[in-house]
Amino acid sequence: MDKFEKLTGVAAPMPLVNIDTDMIIPKNFLKTIKRSGLGVHAFAEMRYDDNGNENPDFVLNKPQYREAQVLVAGDNFGCGSSREHAPWALADFGIKVVISTSFADIFFNNCFKNGMLPIVLPQEQVDLLMKDAEKGSNARMTVDLENQQITTSEGDVIPFDVDAFKKHCLLEGLDDIGLTLAKASAIDSFEAQAAQSRPWV
Amino acid sequence: MSAPKTLYDKIWDAHVVSQDEDGTCLLYIDRHLVHEVTSPQAFEGLRMTGRAVRAPDKTIAVPDHNVPTTTDRASGVIENEESRIQVNALDKNARDFGVHYYPVSDVRQGIVHIVGPEQGWTLPGMTVVCGDSHTATHGAFGALAHGIGTSEVEHVLATQTLIQSKSKNMKVEITGKLRPGVTAKDITLSVIGATGTAGGTGHVIEYCGEAIRALSMEGRMTVCNMAIEGGARAGLIAPDETTFEYVKGRAHAPKGAQWEAALNWWKTLFTDEGAHFDKVVTIRGEDIAPVVTWGTSPEDVLPISGVVPAAADFKGGKVEAAQRSLDYMGLKPGTKLEDIAIDVVFIGSCTNGRIEDLRAAAEVVKGRKLADGVRAMVVPGSGLVRAQAEEEGLDQIFLDAGFEWRMAGCSMCLAMNPDQLAPGERCASTSNRNFEGRQGRNGRTHLMSPAMAAAAAVTGKLTDVRKLMELEEA
Repeated sequence: MDKFEKLTGVAAPMPLVNIDTDMIIPKNFLKTIKRSGLGVHAFAEMRYDDNGNENPDFVLNKPQYREAQVLVAGDNFGCGSSREHAPWALADFGIKVVISTSFADIFFNNCFKNGMLPIVLPQEQVDLLMKDAEKGSNARMTVDLENQQITTSEGDVIPFDVDAFKKHCLLEGLDDIGLTLAKASAIDSFEAQAAQSRPWV
Repeated sequence: MSAPKTLYDKIWDAHVVSQDEDGTCLLYIDRHLVHEVTSPQAFEGLRMTGRAVRAPDKTIAVPDHNVPTTTDRASGVIENEESRIQVNALDKNARDFGVHYYPVSDVRQGIVHIVGPEQGWTLPGMTVVCGDSHTATHGAFGALAHGIGTSEVEHVLATQTLIQSKSKNMKVEITGKLRPGVTAKDITLSVIGATGTAGGTGHVIEYCGEAIRALSMEGRMTVCNMAIEGGARAGLIAPDETTFEYVKGRAHAPKGAQWEAALNWWKTLFTDEGAHFDKVVTIRGEDIAPVVTWGTSPEDVLPISGVVPAAADFKGGKVEAAQRSLDYMGLKPGTKLEDIAIDVVFIGSCTNGRIEDLRAAAEVVKGRKLADGVRAMVVPGSGLVRAQAEEEGLDQIFLDAGFEWRMAGCSMCLAMNPDQLAPGERCASTSNRNFEGRQGRNGRTHLMSPAMAAAAAVTGKLTDVRKLMELEEA
């Protein structure tokens, strides 16, 4: 997995609440058997018209946000379907950080498996970052995972919380499966014990 | 004596393999359900690292999202190339890794969340995961069941465990009795309407109360299925005689002495008196009416007697979202919901594609015809549901009324197969999501119960099904 340590980049404002994973990556792009190449389809139904032309009003089509690496989003980002194609598409587009007041659980977990950092902040701070993002490409914010802080283009510093284990995995780019397989003997003992206590499983 | 535990606490505790100092746990997974859309990259990951499936006997695969539902699919050819590649990949992966498999040609094939319970794979007290958010369905059995992403699918395939932090406990109690014409779908939509789509975030919901206890297993599955639409990690209902009766005798349910041993444990799976819930929501069953959604979020729920709201009726970020929904749905504030004309009716999905759902719809449709210009399809949740419905003559009721009678699959719930809405078409749907584009680009979805969808089919408008039923007032 790609490491995530620190980035400085453009943040795009997306204040709409309840952005669901069907919006992030519509179902017609789920037929792939690969993880790569979905960036061009991210937000497809909002980003392109019926003829496949770019909708100039959509935030990521605006010149100042085409290189965005951070999304500042409305409440409950990533709700709905469990499709990991959503973080795959965002990451492939170049977005590595999403900031919101809340995330749907499955999307939130999926981000960490793909070198992405979802950050939960109180409304006031999301509002502040949203304003910063609205300034466009001249306003670059810095997200520093090691020190758990965001620095706005104005130099305001906003600290954030992150689960210690998830932080460790992101900083080191660790593969969860490898970590778990190191505990294979614990899984073996659990299975042996469960075979006695719940043999019908 | 140990502290009182919730049902969730008990199932969680029974599955902890190891716990780190920060509370992160390795949780053992009893059943892993797999479908063709979210698994190819996971199997590919195993191949690239030379890893095997740790517990193929606990892994059950079935293609459902992409499969055509037309009766000519027996020819075995899926016309859409990408869909065909995905289904073929599952065929191959199931064979190569030796997991249980129900191919499209098997009468037991169907939507993964209908097949699992039907075959007795889903049992009380289990942990069940699947790369699909509607895995919440299995919570109806008192199993801890939730959706996972593809990276986690690979993790479970390789290790039969998940790295998890425990969620909070939330209780949703539905007291009293439901009024006639009100169903499990109306309960689950009403709960989401009350709590919002993020109301359950970070929580596992236990549904309880007299109205929940009175539901059949089919109804309980409908309720738990949409726990995810309320943002919850999972939904649970404590197992009881209704559960045990449903499970007993199913193909993969325990038999003989093992049945007795299992039953003894299952009977301990309830929330102890005095156990702590972080959040409690109580709704009176009598207050629940048949409901429909008007917008593009499952929280946009109103009783069928209501009118389309205005964006100004909401607060904060929801104002913009509501206006966007109204524009997308082509609705004017103040319009009576019962005046909204529909073009398409979809009866099916893991929410409402079980036999009881088809019976409820057929009861309304019987002796009536589709309204002029309405296209309607019934898509049974599994081949066995379809067979059962045919045995009961339900297929004929639907066909006589002008419905299409389809083969099993996810179909128009997410429109990955050819069953899609055309732009601007409005659908009365028994599925679970009314998101923009969910049933087809620019398609418009109103969620409701099977009986309500059937009523819309025969009147051509959103309709209070109670007006079509001979109801004895309770």
